[in-house]
Amino acid sequence: MVAEETVVTTAADVGIVLVSALCILCSYRVVKGPTVPDRVVALDAIGTNVVALAVLFALKTGRGLFVTVSLVLAIIGFLSTITVAKFVTEGDIIERREEQE
Amino acid sequence: MVTVALLRQWVVVGLIAVGCFFLLVGTVGLIRLPNVYNRMHATSKPTTLGTASVFLAGFVHFGPGGAGLPSLIGIVFLFLTVPTGAHMIARSAQRIGVPFLGSVTWPTEDEEE
Repeated sequence: MVAEETVVTTAADVGIVLVSALCILCSYRVVKGPTVPDRVVALDAIGTNVVALAVLFALKTGRGLFVTVSLVLAIIGFLSTITVAKFVTEGDIIERREEQE
Repeated sequence: MVTVALLRQWVVVGLIAVGCFFLLVGTVGLIRLPNVYNRMHATSKPTTLGTASVFLAGFVHFGPGGAGLPSLIGIVFLFLTVPTGAHMIARSAQRIGVPFLGSVTWPTEDEEE
């Protein structure tokens, strides 16, 4: 039984190391990306990788609380993506309707 | 009973491997593809699939009683929100004038005006 638990822990460890390396590789595109949407796309990919990292950490430690942490991270990533995309386009996040028309 | 637990753990390991493979594919596409729109295509779909697979591993590991239900909610949330975010970034990239590659055109260019 103990050896079988070690299998899942080892797989989660390997996954954590690999996905962390992928986050570093994505940060290359964040730094070097030619346009602003490139950086937003790369940051979105990093956010999704961090969600996967939280679930892998939950699998490693056996605590289900970190799945909820990953849900919160997913919500924050979605909101930040929408907000930055709107800011890049409009130059403002919350705008008045009279000025738009 | 031991065989069921053993099978469950190997299913978890397989799902983690599939998820890491798709995340790797998404990151390689993000680094190597030539355009913003191609990179967005590369990150949104394989990254969603990889994270959904890892979430599914969490569901198999924790079972439906504990933290398995938040994992399924996470899968649904990712499948709803990642295409929405990618669409918003594509529209903003087209509005600030990022050029397309080759003979690609924006599909609803006439309807926007």
